[in-house]
Amino acid sequence: MSDGNQGGKLKVVGQRPIRPDGVDKVTGRAQFGADFHLPGMLAGRIKRSPHPHARIASIDTSAAEKLPGVKAIVTGADFDSGASGEVEAGEGHTAIREVAQNCLAVGKVLYVGHAVAAVAATQPEIAAEAVDLIEVTYEVLPHVIDVEEAMAPGAPLLHADMFTKGVTPKPDNPSNIALKSVMGRGDVAGAFKSADVIVEGRYTTAAVHQGYIEPHACVASWGADGQSTVWCSSQGQFLVRALVAKILGMPLSDLKVIPAEIGGGFGGKTTVYLEPVALVLSRKCGRPVKLVMSREEVFLASGPTSGSVMDVKIAATKDGKITAAEMMLAYQAGAFPGSPVHLGCMTAFACYDVENLALVGYDVVSNRPKVAAYRAPGAPMAAFAVESALDELAQKLGMDPIDLRLKNAVKDGAKTVYGATVKSAAFVETLEMVKASEHYKTPLAKGQARGVAAGFWFNIGGESSAAVHVDEDGGVTVVSSNPDIGGSRASMAMMAAETLGLPIERVRCTIGDTTSIGYSGSTGGSRVTFATGMAVVQAAEKVVADLKRRAAETWGCDLAMVEWADGVATCADPSKDAKPLSMKALASKSAKTGGPIASEVSINAQGAAAGFGVHLCDLEIDPETGRSTVIRYTAAQDVGRAIHPAYVEGQLQGGAAQGIGWALNEEYVYGKSGQLENASFLDYRMPVASDLPMIDTILVESRPNPRHPYGAKGVGEVPIVPPLAAVANAVSHVVGKRMTSLPLSPAKVLAAMAKG
Amino acid sequence: MARLTTISGRVGDFTGGLTHFDVEARSVRALVRELERRFPGLGEFVEDQMAIAIDGEIFQDALTAEFGADSEIVLIPRISGG
Amino acid sequence: MSRTVVNATVNGEPVEFLGGGGQSLLDALRDELRLTGSKEGCGTGDCGACSVIVDGRLVCACLMLAPEAEGKRIETIEGLADGSHLHPLQHQFLEHAALQCGFCTPGLLMASKALLDRNPDPTETEVRYWLAGNMCRCTGYDKIVRAVMDAAADLRQAEKPR
Repeated sequence: MSDGNQGGKLKVVGQRPIRPDGVDKVTGRAQFGADFHLPGMLAGRIKRSPHPHARIASIDTSAAEKLPGVKAIVTGADFDSGASGEVEAGEGHTAIREVAQNCLAVGKVLYVGHAVAAVAATQPEIAAEAVDLIEVTYEVLPHVIDVEEAMAPGAPLLHADMFTKGVTPKPDNPSNIALKSVMGRGDVAGAFKSADVIVEGRYTTAAVHQGYIEPHACVASWGADGQSTVWCSSQGQFLVRALVAKILGMPLSDLKVIPAEIGGGFGGKTTVYLEPVALVLSRKCGRPVKLVMSREEVFLASGPTSGSVMDVKIAATKDGKITAAEMMLAYQAGAFPGSPVHLGCMTAFACYDVENLALVGYDVVSNRPKVAAYRAPGAPMAAFAVESALDELAQKLGMDPIDLRLKNAVKDGAKTVYGATVKSAAFVETLEMVKASEHYKTPLAKGQARGVAAGFWFNIGGESSAAVHVDEDGGVTVVSSNPDIGGSRASMAMMAAETLGLPIERVRCTIGDTTSIGYSGSTGGSRVTFATGMAVVQAAEKVVADLKRRAAETWGCDLAMVEWADGVATCADPSKDAKPLSMKALASKSAKTGGPIASEVSINAQGAAAGFGVHLCDLEIDPETGRSTVIRYTAAQDVGRAIHPAYVEGQLQGGAAQGIGWALNEEYVYGKSGQLENASFLDYRMPVASDLPMIDTILVESRPNPRHPYGAKGVGEVPIVPPLAAVANAVSHVVGKRMTSLPLSPAKVLAAMAKG
Repeated sequence: MARLTTISGRVGDFTGGLTHFDVEARSVRALVRELERRFPGLGEFVEDQMAIAIDGEIFQDALTAEFGADSEIVLIPRISGG
Repeated sequence: MSRTVVNATVNGEPVEFLGGGGQSLLDALRDELRLTGSKEGCGTGDCGACSVIVDGRLVCACLMLAPEAEGKRIETIEGLADGSHLHPLQHQFLEHAALQCGFCTPGLLMASKALLDRNPDPTETEVRYWLAGNMCRCTGYDKIVRAVMDAAADLRQAEKPR
C-alpha cells in the first residue's frame, strides 16, 4: 500500500514495533483510574434520581451524616457555579453550568439516574448504606423520552428558558428544540422537478453507548491550601482540569490532573461526571476520595450518543448522477442541549459532489442522559440514511453500488456544503480498491447478501504539546500531552525516532500530567497522530538543529557543512579532520557544550485532512430466529500514511465492530415510566468474539497529507461511519425490502421477513 | 471586500437573519472585531464557538489567519470529535 | 460489616486477607491484595474483565464472594509471566498489536490461557466461542484471535520433544 516516501526511505515510520507501554498492559501493571490507592482514601458513592423528570423539593442528609464512617456529603449546592443563582452571560458559562448540573442536579432532575447527592465514607458498604439514608422528596413531573414526542407542541418542557436558537425572529414560546440548523445551496426544488428518479425514506436510529469496558473512575485529593490532585481515566487531562477548576471556582494552577491509563473512551470520556464530585467531597473532609461508576451507572448517567429520526430524499438522472438531496435530521440531545446534529448535516453528503442540497437539523432535549461525543459524532446516523438511500437508488437504476458512488464521488477541488474545499482526497482510489478487491469479486452463496457503504469524517488538528529530551547516554524520552487510548505512544516514539535517526528501542514515550507538559486538547477527534505527532516532530527537529550546532562547534566548521543522518553528525568539509559524532557522543558532552539537549513545542495544528472509508459486509440471516450473522467484512480507508500500520488497522477493525453492533443489536430500551430497562451488558448487547469474522482492512496511502511531516491523516473516527449502512444494506438485500430502523434486531428482521 | 456566508443558523440570531454579506477585514482577528462592531455579540460568538473556512480551508482557533480582498469566508460550527 | 480471614494461594504464593461484607473475590484481589491487574467492567459477570483461574477453572472473580476463595488456588494476570519471561500469549498479543486501550487484556489473557490449558489446538471458531465471555470494545477481536492461535502454535512447538 505504501507510495514512494517523500525523499529517502523511511526507516521507522511504517514499521510495526512493539508498543513501548505494551509489557505493562499485558502484565496487569498498567494503572487505570480505579487502580490507585492513597493513604486515608475514602470510598465515594452517588445517590441518583429514580424519576425521569421531577423538581427536587428537599434533600435531607441528617440520618446519613450520623452513620459512623461517613465523612462528607455533598449536593449540587456545593458547586460554585450556577447554584448561587449568579449566572454570567455567555455560551461558555452556560455550558459549564450545564456540566455542573449534570454532575449534581440543581432544582430539577432530568433523567433516571441523574445524580442528586454524593457521600464519602471509610468503606464502600458504609457509603452505600449512607446513600440509602439520604431522603430526597421529589415533585414528579410529566416526562418525555422520544425525540418526535419531545418536539411536538404541548410536550413536557425540560427547560423553561429554552427558546430554539437558529430561528429568526426568536420564538415566543420555549420548547424542547434547542437549535435548528439549516444549510444548503443551489435550487433543490427545481432539481427535484426535473429529476429522472427520486428515492426517499424515513430512517431511525436508537441511542447507543460508546461501550468502553472501563467505567468512569477517579481519585481526588484536596490539599489544605487548596492545591489539589485528581487522578482519572480521561481523554484529556487539561479538559478535566478546566472543567473541574471552573466548577469548583479554583485557579487552574491549583489543580494537577494526572491522566491514568484509559480503558476506552471513544469520545465518552471527553467530559466529566465524577471528578468535580470527588474533589468537592475531598474538599469537605480533607481526605482523598475515590469515585467509580458501576456499569449500571455508566448506562444510566453517562452520555450515550443521540438516537435520530431522519427524512432523506435524493434526486438523480437515469445515469446515476445525483442532482439534488433534501434531508431533515432530528437528534436527541438528552437532558441538556448539545447533540451533534449540525455535524450530521455537514457530513451527510460530504462524500458526494451534489450541486443542490437542503439540510435541516434539530437538536432536541428529552428526559434521557445528556449525550456525549461518540466517534465521529453525528456522522454515522446521517450516513446510515444517505448510504441506504443510495443503495436503493443503485437498485432502482440497476447500477453497481460502487459505480454509483464513483460517479458522484468528490475529488480534489469539490466544494462541500460546509465551506471546505476537498483536497488530498483519495476517496475515488478507495472506492476503486474496494471494487478491485478479492472480497468484492467473491461470489455469494445462496441466502447471503453484500452491503456496500461509504463514510466521511473531517478530522481535526488543534492544540498539542510535546517535549523531546536527550538523555546523557544518547537515549531519548518523548513527553506527549495526550493520553494514549489506542497505542499512540508507539506512533509518537516512532516519529521522533525517524526524525532523530535513531532505532525505535532508544526512544521512550511518556504522557505528561497538567503540570509537566504544555496544554493540549483532548485525545479524540482523530487528532493525536496528526497534531501531537506534528509537535513531536517539530521538537525533534529542534533537537537535531541543536545537535548540529554542537557538532559544528566541536569541529570548528561551518554549520551549513554539518549533516545529520541515522543518529550521527558528519562534516561535509574535507578540510576539517572531523570524525563523525554520534548522538551518544554529543549527549555525553552536553553539559559542556551549552547544557541539556531538550526541546518543547506547543502548537495549534491546522491543516488536518479529512478521511474517507468504504466498507463491505457479507451477511446471512437465520430464517427461524431473524439473527443476522456477518460472515465477511472489509474496511477500506484513505489514511494518508500509516505511521504504525497495525494500530491503524486496529482503528478500522474496532470502528467497524462498533458500527456492526450499532446496526444489529445495540439500543437503549425505555419503558413507559421513563426507566431505562437494559442498563447492563447482558441486555445492552455489544458484539463479542463469536459474533464477528476476521475484519480485513485496506489502507489506502496514495494521497499522504502534505500538511503533516509524515503524511498522516486522522484515522480513528471514519471507520464507524460506513458500517451502519453496510450492514443494513446487506440485511435489506436478504430480506428483500429496505430496512430503515436500527437496530436490526432479530425480532425486527423476523417481522420484516414475515410480512412477505 | 471579502465575501462572508454562514451555514449556521446561530449567526442569524445575531444578524437578524442576514447570512450573506461583505466584510472589510483581512485577518480573522480583524474579522472578529468587525463582526462584533456590526452585530454585538457575534464577534465573541465566532471567536469562541465557531470555525472558519477561508477559501475552502478550515481554520479553528486561528486568529492570525489572513485572507485576501476576494476571499470567500464561511462561518461554520466548531468541529469536534470523539 | 464482619470480615473473616481467608487463606488461599494466589499465583503460587500463600496469602491471607480479610474478606466479607459482600466483597467479591475481585474486590479482595484489588483492594486487599492490591493486585489491580484484574479489572471490574460490569460487576455482573458479563464482560470478563475480571477473569481469573480458580482451581484450574476460568471464573469471573466478580461472581465469587471473597470468603469462597478459602483454600483455593487462584491464578491472576500478575502470575502469567514467569518472572521477566512473558508467556507466549503475552508475547503474541504484543506482536499482533492485539490490544489498544488494554483494559480487557488481562481478562482476555487469562481466558485464553484457560482455553489453551485444556485445548492446545483450537480452531478459530473454538477460540471465538471460548472468548465470547470477554468483551473488547477497541479491537473488533481480529488481532486477538490471531494472537491466541499463534500462541497456541508456540506452545505446541515448545511441547515437542527435541
